[in-house]
Amino acid sequence: MNNLSLLTLQQYWWFLITVLAGTFVFMTFVQGGQFLLNRLAKTEDEKDVIINSLGRKWELTFTSLVMFGGALFAAFPLFYAVSFGGAYYVWMAILFCFIVQAVSYEYRKKINNFLGQKVYETFLYINGSVGIILIGIALATLYTGGNFIKDDMNLSHWTNLWYGLEAVTNPFNVAFGLMLFFLSQVQANLYFINNIAEETIVQRARKELCKDSKLFLGFFIIVAISLFSISGVEYQDNSFTLVSFKFLHNLLNTPAILIGLLIGVVSILYALYITLYKNSTKGIWFSGIGTILVVISVVSLLGFNHTVIYPSLSDINSSLTIENSSGSHYTLLVMGYVSFLVPIVLGYVFLVWRSMDREKLTIDEVKSDHHHY
Amino acid sequence: MEDYIVDWSRAQFALTALYHWIFVPLTLGLTFIVAIMETIYVKTGKEEWKSITKFWMTLLGINFAIGLATGIIMEFEFGTNWSNYSWIVGDIFGAPLAIEGLMAFFMESTFFAVMFFGWGKVSKKMHLLSTWLVAIGSNLSALWILVANGWMQHPTGMKFNLDTARFEMSNFFDVIFNPTAYSKFLHTVGSGYVMGSLFVVGISAWFLLKGRDTLLAKKSIVVGATFGLITSIFLILTGDESAHQVALHQPTKLASMEAIYDGQKRESLIAIGELNPDKEIGDKKDDFLWKIEIPYALSILGYHKIDAFVAGIDDLVYGNPKMGIESASSKIKKGKIAIEALKTYKQAKKDNDMPKAKEALAKFRTYEKYFGYGYLKNPKDIIPPIAISFYSFHIMVGLGTWFLVLFGLVLWFIKKDKLETSKTLLYLAIFSIPLGYLAGELGWVVAEVGRQPWAIFEMLPTGMATSQISTTSVQITFWLFVLIFTALLISEIKIMLTQIKNGIKEA
Ligand code: HDD
Ligand code: HEM
Ligand code: HEM
Repeated sequence: MNNLSLLTLQQYWWFLITVLAGTFVFMTFVQGGQFLLNRLAKTEDEKDVIINSLGRKWELTFTSLVMFGGALFAAFPLFYAVSFGGAYYVWMAILFCFIVQAVSYEYRKKINNFLGQKVYETFLYINGSVGIILIGIALATLYTGGNFIKDDMNLSHWTNLWYGLEAVTNPFNVAFGLMLFFLSQVQANLYFINNIAEETIVQRARKELCKDSKLFLGFFIIVAISLFSISGVEYQDNSFTLVSFKFLHNLLNTPAILIGLLIGVVSILYALYITLYKNSTKGIWFSGIGTILVVISVVSLLGFNHTVIYPSLSDINSSLTIENSSGSHYTLLVMGYVSFLVPIVLGYVFLVWRSMDREKLTIDEVKSDHHHY
Repeated sequence: MEDYIVDWSRAQFALTALYHWIFVPLTLGLTFIVAIMETIYVKTGKEEWKSITKFWMTLLGINFAIGLATGIIMEFEFGTNWSNYSWIVGDIFGAPLAIEGLMAFFMESTFFAVMFFGWGKVSKKMHLLSTWLVAIGSNLSALWILVANGWMQHPTGMKFNLDTARFEMSNFFDVIFNPTAYSKFLHTVGSGYVMGSLFVVGISAWFLLKGRDTLLAKKSIVVGATFGLITSIFLILTGDESAHQVALHQPTKLASMEAIYDGQKRESLIAIGELNPDKEIGDKKDDFLWKIEIPYALSILGYHKIDAFVAGIDDLVYGNPKMGIESASSKIKKGKIAIEALKTYKQAKKDNDMPKAKEALAKFRTYEKYFGYGYLKNPKDIIPPIAISFYSFHIMVGLGTWFLVLFGLVLWFIKKDKLETSKTLLYLAIFSIPLGYLAGELGWVVAEVGRQPWAIFEMLPTGMATSQISTTSVQITFWLFVLIFTALLISEIKIMLTQIKNGIKEA
């Protein structure tokens, strides 16, 4: 591994970032579930089951987000600096949505909790809507760009006082955010169908799934069509040019990405099919794998094939690439060794998940559990 | 304008970090105490130990949630508020943060779910293992974050790269085996263990005073006070080692912690004292209004040698040639040469003038050590706020000594079987809970304020490290943080107190 070239390491790390992004997006079923709380639950007991079902997973989603930030920091520090320090308001808004989530599960039902159950549930609702939509918008700016400039010393600043909020005026960004928003609900329904034994909830989840999957597919198609028709920024050495149909080119010229995307989409559709038409409860696994593959493929349209990972709208030459924003060869290599821990972590997460979810959750179990949310 | 953005960014970071640190120490300590209690349960099979374990575990859960809420913001704040910093040292600093996420946070959050919801779902042994893994995970997260922080205090294992204009890692092992990081780690987790012990002892004392759940409270207090006594000793020893590290690597911090203006060999340690508020660096006024000293102690503690010279503030600012200490103004001058050389190098590279670039590079390397100094304006800037450092340090040390005494007394009275009737001691135990929090927060103030004016010690001044955003935007988020964290803190305290009042049995 020691004699891998810098570029190979940069690509390896970009690939890892896409995997983390995929895992995170899959795990946002937690957010989807929070948003659906009041639609799927009609009684207090039902609410408790849903909250407790999500309550065993939400920390993993949260930690995936933290990990995503940490990996970006370690591998692509300039991206971390430019994006977080520039699109300040957007990231701060996202963080606030996650701060309020973190206490809500634990505090919602506790006696004397100061803000009251309603407020904590509203926090979960905000996290499941605003939080996830904003994350989608922030991710979309990797394709559409941000208003930043970096100087000779690689120090950067934003060129307007909206600090990233202007991204919400771009319809593509918004459609991207909504796509993730509905995807999270699709996955949440599939998760509940798999995880909860209460028939009433499962019935509602199936109905809801029918609606959400149409909305998701609608936005998915809109995003796909736009993405493959817009231009992207390409670089050669230090010169940057705007190339039309850049992402379509990348897709068609890179079989791995194309195949990944197709398998991912088919897998999601298959999940919907077996759940809606075959009454299966296993949909979440297929949609989960499908989601991860789709995200990996779509994010891989950036970074490879001389495509920038963060175009600058203010000065195209300030655009970030995996080459000009990465850590040094040494650091990428060291962290490359560290990344061998990833399968171990995934392994124990999977085993624990399995052993905790062996039986589906019921109202009775939640009630008898001493530490329920 | 520039100055304001630094001040607000610092204020925001300090605010969020101080809040995070309200919750972390208890998590660090209580996870271990709970794991010990559960071990006793599994070993003895006695149901009462299960109730005890679950009671403290519930409190842990309440505390943990808000620890996560305040932690996530810290991780991203390096990017949002210190983006120049993130670029300039991200190549080194990002690594421990990422490793922390991978090694520690996943472990905590995965096994946390088993610890809380796994009773009856997994075997007893598996459950116990999960509880221990949560404890280990939380301590691992402390390890990695302190590797990162230790590196800021005493940077090692890196080199400045002129082409990318940043520091790059040259030796990973120098970064992760930095002695400063280890003394910090041991001392910091030690403070967490002491905090956890104070919490268990104080709350159990409350039960005893109320005459409720006395049996279980007594059992808890034995575990808490024993753990507390051992860890207090550990805390003092590691505190001494931290001071030793400070003495070796951060003389300006040491001088401010002890408010020494005029350095000496066989320097004494100020046990308590009141600073003269009119004293300024360089004048001849008395530094203290009154003080009580322990002769030679500082030389011994700081350098482990009775004859060691401890540099004072005046020595560091104005230089002391006899002791081989260079003045700050000379360092600043050399720093400016390094900055010029960097500029020349960059320009020469642009013009493709290789000989000139090579010459500039050589010049830069000669003065590289002083590079950071070139950005300072005034020689006196190298000294951190003296009064804050001095008082924070002395109160922390005083409290640390008191906690040792407290745990000793509690155990002594338990042995004599007089604890329940010793109302004063029980009250003292309760009131020591907030003192524990105070000591920990002050410890961080010593460490972080004492590091000023540097973000990376002697390398990167804090003023250079911020994001280039408008001050208004940081002011807005600052106040939002005040609002939301305070609301959450109030909720946490109310829930916690209610849960405690519910008592151990009902838990
Ligand atoms: C319950 C809390 C507590 C108590 C009683 C003490 N400490 Fe402490 N101290 C901390 C909690 C703490 C801390 C919060 O953990 C700090 C902040 C940064 C760090 O590394 O640890 C710290 C920092 C810190 C530093 C600065 C390290 C640096 O700047 O890098 C020194 C020199 C000491 N401590 C020394 C002591 C001594 C000699 C004590 C004697 C009893 C003591 N502390 C008690
Ligand atoms: C959780 C415990 C911590 C507390 C209570 C704390 C406290 C503080 C305080 C009071 C300041 C302001 C100092 C000043 O501006 O005068 C500060 C600044 C800062 N701290 Fe910490 N700190 C903590 C942990 C850390 C750690 C672990 C790191 C790094 C890994 C860190 C990095 C920073 C940075 C980057 C700044 C801003 C720049 C500066 O002022 O130097 N802090 N912290
Ligand atoms: C400025 C530096 C710091 C950053 C960036 C930071 C970051 C974080 C983050 C992101 C979390 C949430 C973890 C999760 O998602 O599971 C967290 C929690 C935690 N942090 Fe920090 N932290 C800092 C300072 C510290 C310090 C100084 C310590 C200990 C010495 C510490 C120990 C912990 C622990 C034990 C937890 C988990 C338990 C809890 O939530 O209470 N952190 N931190």
